[in-house]
Amino acid sequence: MITKEQVEHVAKLARLSLTEEEKELYSKQLSEILDYIDQLNEVKTEGIEPMTQPIPTVNVMREDIVKKQYNRDEMLKNAPHEEYGFFRVPKIGE
Amino acid sequence: MAVVQIKTKYEVVIGLEVHAQLKTKTKIFCNCPVDFGAEPNTNVCPVCLGMPGVLPVLNKQVVAFAIKTGLALNCEISKHCKFDRKQYFYPDLPKNYQISQYDQPICKTGHLEVNGKIIGIERIHMEEDAGKLVHAGSDRLHGSEYSLVDYNRTGTPLIEIVSKPDIRSMEEAREYAQTLRSILRYLDVCDGNLEEGSMRCDVNVSLRPVGTKTLGTRTEIKNVNSFKSLVRSIESEIERQSEVLDSGGKIIQETRLFEENSGRTVSMRSKEEAHDYRYFPEPDLVPLEISQEWINQIKESIPELPHQKKIRYPQEYGLSTEDTKVLVEDRNMAEYYEAVVRIGANPKKAANWLIGPVTAYLKEHKIDIINCCMTPKQLYDLLSFIEKGIINDNIAKTEVLDELLGKGTDTEEIIKQKGLAQVSDEGPIKQAVKEIFDANPNQVKELKEGKDKVKGFFVGQVMKKMSGKANPAIVNKIIDELIQS
Repeated sequence: MITKEQVEHVAKLARLSLTEEEKELYSKQLSEILDYIDQLNEVKTEGIEPMTQPIPTVNVMREDIVKKQYNRDEMLKNAPHEEYGFFRVPKIGE
Repeated sequence: MAVVQIKTKYEVVIGLEVHAQLKTKTKIFCNCPVDFGAEPNTNVCPVCLGMPGVLPVLNKQVVAFAIKTGLALNCEISKHCKFDRKQYFYPDLPKNYQISQYDQPICKTGHLEVNGKIIGIERIHMEEDAGKLVHAGSDRLHGSEYSLVDYNRTGTPLIEIVSKPDIRSMEEAREYAQTLRSILRYLDVCDGNLEEGSMRCDVNVSLRPVGTKTLGTRTEIKNVNSFKSLVRSIESEIERQSEVLDSGGKIIQETRLFEENSGRTVSMRSKEEAHDYRYFPEPDLVPLEISQEWINQIKESIPELPHQKKIRYPQEYGLSTEDTKVLVEDRNMAEYYEAVVRIGANPKKAANWLIGPVTAYLKEHKIDIINCCMTPKQLYDLLSFIEKGIINDNIAKTEVLDELLGKGTDTEEIIKQKGLAQVSDEGPIKQAVKEIFDANPNQVKELKEGKDKVKGFFVGQVMKKMSGKANPAIVNKIIDELIQS
């Protein structure tokens, strides 16, 4: 069971503001999702290593060689605000 | 006063987390160059800016450097490891998560010897660095109207080296950090510059009553950017914690910021905002399987390390422990020294010259031995000119060395240009001695009466007259002869 407090905590970490109705709703929905996933616990998994990747590939790496493909103007195009070649962001509060 | 009390009442327990920027050409997950002096946001791409739909590809050199460091710190290298996402929101982190390693670091359980004491290494893991914030309108965070972000540093490869809480004093913390820096520089994986942030230290400090075993609540100090700050921040934190404990209070587990100006630590993040990073395996990167073959190959590339040189130098070159320590701290200096000795220089004389006048020059001009103009062969030549009596020690130091180090002119050439060759010829020396004798009859009388102290005066006068170039041994000999005749 996911409590309303847990929903509030997760929402705070994800910087989401939720209404009281949403908190109730998500608490119910998230609980249902976890219950559903709990079915997996019925499978016997002794002696099986946890899998962190569904793809059976390892060691995908590249050589340490510089490739410069983009210029700054292009990269700043997506920024809502820019100044002197920097990305401009709202002031940071605690 | 507080420090005296601590010595009797509390034991300090310290652990260090050191972040080292790796000296790769490119970032950890993209092809952008790692270049610290660049104009803002000129070394960025969709991958390091965290644009939707992009995929990271791991830089092989990062893994090799991490393994190399692990081997040098006697770690166990994981045969299998993976990356994880660490979630937090801050404008210097464009993806809103940092790719790091959580439960499967690449290196585990090693150790480092500091002045004969073993300091445990808990783990070493790979991760990406964040960008840099510039606070407009104020040089302090809270007064800013808005912030400007430069993402050039984003994605710079880091290794985090976490020590066990084995450190017991601020001096030991400094020694540990210096030893670690020296090793990283020997391995050529990090340039170890605390001031410029290529090596950064977070310090965990806690106190416990002397004689007890359980660890007290710790605080983590950030923003320590010199060895001096490291010592000062620990000192002030010990003082603060002991005051809290003495007055019956409790230490709050928190992150504290070291303020250079006041020399104190201030609270940065309180307990309620304690880290909840919600790590999970990074789905965009496949796991690593590290072969023994690769590990062996990297092992072979590890040079002789400072602690090994510390054993060899006294045995092979007959140097003192103190001189050895100075020479081996910097790899370039140690290699330069070994090159000079290899050419055939007297090991002790070469050490004295490098530790003394050469180091003084390098410090004054703020340069490294590899950036000076004097080759090891040229230092060897200088030493042999002195040994053969062509120039004397003093002239070599005052007239020749600066020119050698600054311009790289051969000693022979400098001697010729400046007319520095030592005069060993008896004729001119005898002439000079006679003139000095004539000018100072009283002192001659004293010398004849056996007052040996006066001899030093005559040697000095002759040297002065001959611009320091006379061979001191011949001057002494002629003074003796003329007095006796």
